[in-house]
Amino acid sequence: MKSKKNTTGLPTLHAGIVVIGGGPAGLAAALEAKKAGAPSVLVLERDTAAGGILNQCIHNGFGLHYFQEELTGPEYAGRFLHMVRETPGIEIKTDTMVLDVASLPAGEETRVRVQGVNPTEGYFQVDAGAAVLAMGCRERTRGAIGIPGTRPAGVYTAGCAQRYINIEGAMPGRRAVILGSGDIGLIMARRLTLEGAQVLACLELMPYSSGLQRNITQCLEDFGIPLYLSHTIIDIRGRERVEQVVAARVDENRRPIPGTEMVFDCDTVLLSVGLIPENELSRAAGAAIDPRTSGPLVDESMQTSLPGVFACGNVVHVHDLVDFVTMESGRAGRAAARYLARGATDGGTEPPAVPLYNGDNVTYTVPQRVHPGRLEKACEVFFRVNRVMEGAEILVTSGDAILLRKTRPHLAPGEMERLILPAALFDRAPEGLRISACPAEQGEQGE
Amino acid sequence: MNQFLPPLADTLYDIAIIGAGITGCAAAFELSKTGARIALIDRDGDVAAGATRANSGIVHAGYDPLPGTKMARYNVEGNALIHHYAGELNLPFRETGSLVLALADGDIAVLQELYRRGLDNGVPGLRLLSAGQARTLEPSLSPEVQGALYAPSAGVVGPWEMALAFAQTAVVNGADFLPCCEVTGIRRDGDGFLLSTTRGKLRARRVVNATGAHADTVNDLAAPSRLRIRPNKGQYYLLDKSQGNLVHTVIFQCPSAAGKGVLVAPTAHGNLIVGPDAQDVPDPDDTSTTADGLAFVAEQVHRSIPGLSLRDSIRNFAGVRAVCEEEDFVIEESAACPGLITLGGIKSPGLTSAPAIAKACVELLKKSGLPLEPRKDFRLYPLPVRFRDLSPEGRAAMARKNPLYGRIICRCETITEGEIVDAVHSPIPARSVDGVKRRAGAGMGRCQGGFCSPRVAAILAREWNVPLTEIEQDHPGSRLLMGWTKDPGRA
Amino acid sequence: MTEKPLVCIVCPRGCRMTLTLPDGDAPLPEEIHVTGNACPRGETYARQEMTAPQRVLTSTVRLTGAALTRLPVKTSRAVPKERLRDLIRLLDTVTAAAPVHIGDILVKNALGTGADIVATRDMDAMETPE
Repeated sequence: MKSKKNTTGLPTLHAGIVVIGGGPAGLAAALEAKKAGAPSVLVLERDTAAGGILNQCIHNGFGLHYFQEELTGPEYAGRFLHMVRETPGIEIKTDTMVLDVASLPAGEETRVRVQGVNPTEGYFQVDAGAAVLAMGCRERTRGAIGIPGTRPAGVYTAGCAQRYINIEGAMPGRRAVILGSGDIGLIMARRLTLEGAQVLACLELMPYSSGLQRNITQCLEDFGIPLYLSHTIIDIRGRERVEQVVAARVDENRRPIPGTEMVFDCDTVLLSVGLIPENELSRAAGAAIDPRTSGPLVDESMQTSLPGVFACGNVVHVHDLVDFVTMESGRAGRAAARYLARGATDGGTEPPAVPLYNGDNVTYTVPQRVHPGRLEKACEVFFRVNRVMEGAEILVTSGDAILLRKTRPHLAPGEMERLILPAALFDRAPEGLRISACPAEQGEQGE
Repeated sequence: MNQFLPPLADTLYDIAIIGAGITGCAAAFELSKTGARIALIDRDGDVAAGATRANSGIVHAGYDPLPGTKMARYNVEGNALIHHYAGELNLPFRETGSLVLALADGDIAVLQELYRRGLDNGVPGLRLLSAGQARTLEPSLSPEVQGALYAPSAGVVGPWEMALAFAQTAVVNGADFLPCCEVTGIRRDGDGFLLSTTRGKLRARRVVNATGAHADTVNDLAAPSRLRIRPNKGQYYLLDKSQGNLVHTVIFQCPSAAGKGVLVAPTAHGNLIVGPDAQDVPDPDDTSTTADGLAFVAEQVHRSIPGLSLRDSIRNFAGVRAVCEEEDFVIEESAACPGLITLGGIKSPGLTSAPAIAKACVELLKKSGLPLEPRKDFRLYPLPVRFRDLSPEGRAAMARKNPLYGRIICRCETITEGEIVDAVHSPIPARSVDGVKRRAGAGMGRCQGGFCSPRVAAILAREWNVPLTEIEQDHPGSRLLMGWTKDPGRA
Repeated sequence: MTEKPLVCIVCPRGCRMTLTLPDGDAPLPEEIHVTGNACPRGETYARQEMTAPQRVLTSTVRLTGAALTRLPVKTSRAVPKERLRDLIRLLDTVTAAAPVHIGDILVKNALGTGADIVATRDMDAMETPE
């Protein structure tokens, strides 16, 4: 990548495609973009090593879909790092933070201008023909969910505690209560236990766990850690360090029920209460954001509302499995390479995109819109539902017409669903498709 | 970390200021312009560890206090002084102006009364606005608004940064800041005082009590006093910067029999702050939040801004007001104990008034017979320029100067390693993760330190040359970690 | 005969299986009848889980000579569940030295389980050791 001074006085690098984030999404996008013919790909990674959050996810369970074998997080990342090293034309800059992404007007050869900084090269900009946003997500915090009580040391997000234990080798606490039964919380229950800490309870606000059953079995049940469904923390006590946590059962409106309080003597609270796509750069660049996913609106090729700017992985919507991040990101990388090859001539006379609507019990779909003309055979759609359904039907409709009907033995909010829509379906619904889910026997699961 | 602090040398100071909140820090700043030997003492590990950091950060215009009170005078003077110091000390400050909303029948009459008080108090530029004018200024206001009082001189400031800028200026001019030093006894010693503290003894000719919600307890160590504090807690929501432009001015509700109302304001850092409620608490250190208190705040703020969503809350916190029986500030030399200056009952508008109270404190000390001559070599110690506030070219220059300014540690707030290292080596060094947060801003953002606190802790450990496991979140004893993994001694 | 529900944990799909077990305390694997599994691994897992449950252990060991002081490791195959605590104590005593590569064997046939302790992350040696 050549460097030259430009008029702004900043050193400027040039790349065919700039990828922001060197986690699983960014690495897969970079690899597939290069394979699809992109002349050069530059990956900008803020951490000192590429691989993203996988480096601290030392447990196994990764890669069963993509590699058909069970890997740990660092092993899964390692495979991609190895492939990237073997692929000429991909450069990764680590320890590099991107501070601005700007989408330039159509007609310019440079469609995206990125500003970043690192200790060795200082502050610089990158002019690229296309960009892939792969910044991942962050954890919801105590402040976001408003847990009452004092504010002592010892309240950590699960991912922060995971970094302390697995990367720094330090113990965040010795007696912990975990709020939230998402996968990271469950994994950390086991991790703390294996390192000699005591996990007193895992509390879940909802009447069902949002984590995978395999994690409930292997991380809680194996170690006799109780899971309290429909429970939350109503008070944290302790001045300097957490001393006690008060939990209570909640009613169907998620309000604590007086008289159900339980007091835990503990020094640590771990929060596993949800992940939020990290889109400050996308917002500042002007990408349209879907309030339901908190990620950019994307089409079938993972292109955002900004031409030449693609997005993939947890920055678009929070995934349960890295395998699906890899597949989605590969799609984004290939599309970015195609965009680059096509030049800045957008669709032209192609028909407008077909929107995907959320029907009954569906909280979001990705993509949110589809260009039927650009589909080869079919479109892969990810979606989530808002309730647990044992025995469910997925319906794809246009107006009153049911175009597709699929049955699933089990649907849950914690499990992302995948649906393949044949290209032909879109020709029958130029006004849009609606995706709904309902219990197979209506009324059985009524609220 | 704090066990590494040495015991005090038995030093004779001219003035010992107890309490390094905004009042004590401002007093130290003002006194450091003289040749006096000053000790600024705090029981906590840092300045601004009490109500100063759990505060709305509002620079009040001064129409609220009754004319003729100390509050009225120091508020208006303090407001002007903060405008002045903001530039000199590079404080995070915005002159936003404020609105008091009339939302109920009878409120218009209250606004007129506040307007008259403001004129009496010398508040510049006050205007009574119609509902339409108010909504032009703030389009998100409730349709129920009947009118508003506009005060252009109101603003918002970073409270702990202001305290820090004052205290650090005092330190570079020779004052000693003594953290983790709780005063346990005040005894007459010749014509001065002998103070017993948790770090040893020190002597001082004069003592200034600036201990906020603890002012009565500390006064009583020296002599029985009339000051009685009735601690009163206020709870807040702090919202993400994405909500920071929802309003542009400080928006108050009309004070009524039901209370002073809930405010919503942009902060000097660009967030949105919502609160407080008001609740008497027995414990002056009770900064816990409660579900009821926060629910009250959430409900009340919608009277002003119906569209406000608390979904983007990043933090809740509570502060304790030093309310006392006396409505006015208590700023006086003790009659029972000459040489003891009380700066007490400093509730709202205490932050705004602090610079003016500090000047009054200097006058009281002079009157008490302490010779205080201005020093010629006084210099200001402004807060550092932030990497994130610079242009791309300015950032490039900073990163060229020192590669550590090229490494972003706090991604939410764009804070570099260089700024964090500077915070650890500043005149009042950051000793804890929150100490870094108050100085450099790392961890103040939407992830609340989830990503950066392990890295900040590692930088603290490196710069202080202590094990990572010694690093504290904030207060002495608030240890972040409990040993290492692979520890064979574990259960 | 008794019926017992079991969720398969072999892969994230989490098949909800129904097991039919013979009466008595210690069924033999081949006596267990499995339905609801989408693939043969489910049946294998269910029989194993009911007779001699096994898990892959993942943790860390001490590391010297690298930028980090911990190295992630795993057992090369599933080990009997009741041996997990012994193995984790064993890991307390292991120190790896950089450079390390994914798959490097740190302990062979750990505690006679037949499983090796292997590195799961590449760790370069620090260029300038301190």
